[in-house]
Amino acid sequence: MESGLSGAANRNAATVRVGLPYHLRNLAHVEGDVLLEVGAAVTLRAVLDALETRYPMLRGTIREYETGKRRAFLRFFVCAEDWSLESPDKPLPEAVATGKEPLLILGAIAGG
Amino acid sequence: MSNVRVLVGTRKGAFILNSDGKRKDWTVSGPFFAGWEIYHMKGSPVDPDRIYVSQTSGWFGQLIQRSDDGGRSWHQPGLPNEAIPAPGPPKALPNKFVYDASPETGKPLTTHQWYDGTQHPWEFKRVWHIEPSLNDANTVYAGVEDAALFRSTDGGENWIELSGLRGHGTGPQWQPGAGGMGLHTIILDPTDPQRIYIAISAAGAFRTNDGGATWKPINKGLRSQFIPDPNAEVGHCVHHVAMHRSRPDVLFMQKHWDVMRTDDAGENWREVSGNLPTDFGFAIDVHAHEPETIYVVPIKSDSEHFPLGGKLRVYRSRTGGNEWEPLAKGLPEKDCYVNVLRDAMAVDTLDDCGVYFGTTGGQVYASADAGDSWAPIVRDLPAVLSVEVQTLN
Repeated sequence: MESGLSGAANRNAATVRVGLPYHLRNLAHVEGDVLLEVGAAVTLRAVLDALETRYPMLRGTIREYETGKRRAFLRFFVCAEDWSLESPDKPLPEAVATGKEPLLILGAIAGG
Repeated sequence: MSNVRVLVGTRKGAFILNSDGKRKDWTVSGPFFAGWEIYHMKGSPVDPDRIYVSQTSGWFGQLIQRSDDGGRSWHQPGLPNEAIPAPGPPKALPNKFVYDASPETGKPLTTHQWYDGTQHPWEFKRVWHIEPSLNDANTVYAGVEDAALFRSTDGGENWIELSGLRGHGTGPQWQPGAGGMGLHTIILDPTDPQRIYIAISAAGAFRTNDGGATWKPINKGLRSQFIPDPNAEVGHCVHHVAMHRSRPDVLFMQKHWDVMRTDDAGENWREVSGNLPTDFGFAIDVHAHEPETIYVVPIKSDSEHFPLGGKLRVYRSRTGGNEWEPLAKGLPEKDCYVNVLRDAMAVDTLDDCGVYFGTTGGQVYASADAGDSWAPIVRDLPAVLSVEVQTLN
């Protein structure tokens, strides 16, 4: 298991925290939040691209392969706000871009 | 002495049950992939330690898992669990199942019939069945919902649709059964690698003689009251098909209602329900050494998916159908209201053929004497979706 900064050091990159749901943490073999280096523009798309690059076993589990869209039963929460329906290219808040607050990926509250 | 490994897929994970050839004492491993639906898992006949798994979730979609050590460890094909990926585009996309609509090799995405008779877009949902090749451990087929057939030739790292089936032309007449429009049965002909049988609920059975490029519906003789023309070329709700490897022209089918048989590779079917108390059911299989001995688990009806009278019974025919005997020794005599799903029965190849089945109540039953008597291996697993057996030397 691991949880830590991934990829080569990049002075221009932001370190973003991502909270994954239980099953995706298991798939990625991580505990706790994932720390990712993301390029200058910190958007949902950029964070998810970085996440899937570092943890390719998550490809297709958050965004659908065919369309790249968020899977229907997943939600994105940012700074206590629901970002699920926001544009993937909208810049995330400064608190997320600086790693103070995580991007939370959650499963819709349904199941059994 | 030979050993037996039973691969069990459930609603909430995978389990592996191991025993020696006596099949009396069992060890239970798992759950693997706990909390995920495991529609099917199956080992390669070429390399029994190579096991492929369909892992699926309504939240997170479809994954393929693989073991190369008999189930001790697992990984998504081409994606080592711990390693940091090399820079550049990934070479392995083991979870990518995208219908091939390309002009070069694909077929246009059409619609299929929805429950209310309207047309509905073709949408990938999950892998229902995995069928490893008979002669190459890296080649494996996947039957998916919405119905289509995929193949990987690199151990599950990448999948390509054999689009000739979905593009057969009758797609708009296919419709989902209650569980979805899944391709649930894949039978590889051991004498002819170009010939494959598949079955779809509810479209029917199809056969290719050219390795999957072109397909022919093989449903003549099937009769289904729930479609406007009961004798239609396609639209039949085939629940499962089984074959004995020594006679690849002979197939046995558990249809929605009716147990059927063909002796000419599906060109013509005839009913062999005979004296069954009900001919609704899902599972069907063939004895490993007696090609005329077949097994079904009669279920009361399509409205009541449980055994007649609360008595769980396997029925065996030693005459290739029509004459059936109930097998009850060791099975519940009362208050049993489970179902046995289509992929949840299998046989081993020991001299005394073992027969196995799992229930939606979480029991896995085994018979070490071809069905004469039964005992539960486990009683309290999650609902069982699939059972496969490996006989290990």
